[in-house]
Amino acid sequence: MGHVDRAREFVADADRTGWHDRALWFVRTKRDRAADLVPDWEALRERASEIKRFALGQLPELWCEFEENAIRAGAVVHWARDGHEHNEIIARLLQERRIERVVKSKSMLTEECGLNPHLEACGIEVVDTDLGERIVQLRNESPSHIVMPAIHLRRGEIGELFAEKMGSPPGLDDPTELTAIARRDLRDRFLRAQAGLTGINFAVAETGGFVVVTNEGNADLGTALPKLHIASVGLEKIIPRQADLAVFLRLLARSATGQAITAYTSHFRGPRPPSPDPQELHIVVVDNGRSHLLGRPAFREALACIRCGACLNTCPVYRRSGGHSYGATVPGPIGSVLETSRDPATHAELPHACSLCGSCSDVCPVRIPLHHQLLAFRGELARGGHQRRSRRAALGLIGWLFARPSGYRWLGRSGRFLARRLPTARLNALVSPWTRQRTLPEIPEASFRELYARRRAAENDR
Amino acid sequence: MRIALFVPCYIDQLKPAIGLAALDVLETFGFEVDFPEAQTCCGQAFLTAGETRAADRLFDRYLDVFDDFDQIVALSGSCAATIRRHLPSRRASSRAEGVAGRTLEFSEFLVENGVAMRNLGRFPHRVGLHSNCHALRELRLGTASEIREPERMDPARRLLSSIRELQLVDLTRPDECCGFGGIFSIEEEAVSCRMGLDRLADHRLANAEVITSTDVSCLFQLAGLADKAGFEFRAMHLAELLAESLADVIRGSSREFDPSSRDVGAGQEGMDRTDGSR
Repeated sequence: MGHVDRAREFVADADRTGWHDRALWFVRTKRDRAADLVPDWEALRERASEIKRFALGQLPELWCEFEENAIRAGAVVHWARDGHEHNEIIARLLQERRIERVVKSKSMLTEECGLNPHLEACGIEVVDTDLGERIVQLRNESPSHIVMPAIHLRRGEIGELFAEKMGSPPGLDDPTELTAIARRDLRDRFLRAQAGLTGINFAVAETGGFVVVTNEGNADLGTALPKLHIASVGLEKIIPRQADLAVFLRLLARSATGQAITAYTSHFRGPRPPSPDPQELHIVVVDNGRSHLLGRPAFREALACIRCGACLNTCPVYRRSGGHSYGATVPGPIGSVLETSRDPATHAELPHACSLCGSCSDVCPVRIPLHHQLLAFRGELARGGHQRRSRRAALGLIGWLFARPSGYRWLGRSGRFLARRLPTARLNALVSPWTRQRTLPEIPEASFRELYARRRAAENDR
Repeated sequence: MRIALFVPCYIDQLKPAIGLAALDVLETFGFEVDFPEAQTCCGQAFLTAGETRAADRLFDRYLDVFDDFDQIVALSGSCAATIRRHLPSRRASSRAEGVAGRTLEFSEFLVENGVAMRNLGRFPHRVGLHSNCHALRELRLGTASEIREPERMDPARRLLSSIRELQLVDLTRPDECCGFGGIFSIEEEAVSCRMGLDRLADHRLANAEVITSTDVSCLFQLAGLADKAGFEFRAMHLAELLAESLADVIRGSSREFDPSSRDVGAGQEGMDRTDGSR
């Protein structure tokens, strides 16, 4: 089942589609208002894009600089070619220290690598501590949004889930009450955790430090007590200077949720100071297809992504088809680019889950030309054999005819002739997906070019 | 100045009246336009379906057909966007740059030539303007709602606001996509229709009697959905709306036409032909 079928299923629930659309549009409008309060938003976007383009051109140098500085600050840096290596490194670090319980703050990278199932198979308990991510973890689902993992669920559904998994009274749907229940449950897990796992939003080359942003403080809480902090980071998250944070932090929260700043912006540099309780800090830098994307000029800018989710919130298709319809770790426009680049055979449909309206590219805080990349992928996938042969043959034939005025005229004339004479039901069946919910325009007897010729002839007669 | 009219394939074959209306409007304001008959299609449908070879062939045809013209007026924002934004990158040459740069969308052409300052007649209806994504975000006619810059009025709105008694309605999401998207409307039928129905709901909420746009493909989508759902709307291409607002002028019954009612510069010449030069 691909995006088309899963989206059809989602849309079939008209109410859910409606509130999903409205909830995300609300976030989009909050973003608009927050951006309005920044004196020169567009210049800030341009600056961010420039820094990212520079960084992508210097990745090896910047990461070496980062590694050197991180080591100097007392951290250990690991390099993982792919998701599997990333998972193995973390599992080994935990097993060497006989760790059985870990808490993890939100990280799309660990989702991408499938870290949770890997650790669970090793007998290690992983608890996601971001409320939304905890909810989808309890439901055995993947996040449906990269910033709001449980945006596809209604409050009542979360009440039912908590009743089932945490023994709360059934029928709750008050957000404050539900949050308090999750909080009580998580508090104990925080206290008992032997290691804290986090992602990284920005790795700063010149300091060897990094920043993790959350709204719930769960990254701070999860790393404050345990003696081990492991941070996973994708190759694209490096920025050259500490000062660059001033650009990205202003853009990130505003683009993501319309907040001026996230509730917590946690800066880490080296492990927590030794006394009274020494801590180890390990940083796992992951490639997993990123360097491949870097080598493709038409698509490399997608690596500038800061995972704010604004392109999901604004995407009219995402809002009406839900994150799970994409069948990918990262849904929405940016996901369609990243996932198709990683695995074109599986995700060939995703670049077509887009009406090419271009809203994503205009909302993107780092100006990734997302819809142009999706368009470019369509051509590449068709040429690469990832498109139905019948579709290619039909379009090829029409294209061949269209390239010749006589062929074009013939196709138009015979098409109209047929359409005007076929019984409506037959005609509708012939163009079926169009006519399921739409009528066809009334088919005219003559084309514009015929009418034009008649008109000019009449003028000349006068 | 030689001006060519580019009539998108779907207007040529399915809505020829729009082409005639555009011709009427252009001629009313004194523009002599040619319709080179060797034209077929801009290639957009093939490009967006991923069939780049077919698109490239049509791009070459477009260049051959329109190379000789000083200005090409396209009756569709998305076709004009295909030519301006995509043709030059796939057919890199100074000739391609030139032809692409000389291709203007219909409302853009009119406003650039001062037509918004002329008497555009009257149209006593509540009108919802459906913004065409590609006119907005590829041609940058107007400021997209995502962009935080001082708003530039898009030429279609500029023209509509010059028509007497026309009431432009306010939409809650003035530039959201209608869900057409070429082959997307077929392959992602469910999402596409939901997008269109949501747009219609917005226009209904604003009590629009007429939905107008510079792109007929969007209107096929909206009118097709409205028709099936039993909503009463008139879907009109901007050229049709202008032809109707200017009806008296076009019919040449200058009795009802009073140039002094809009005392703006060019209006004083009334409908005298201008040479249309820029």
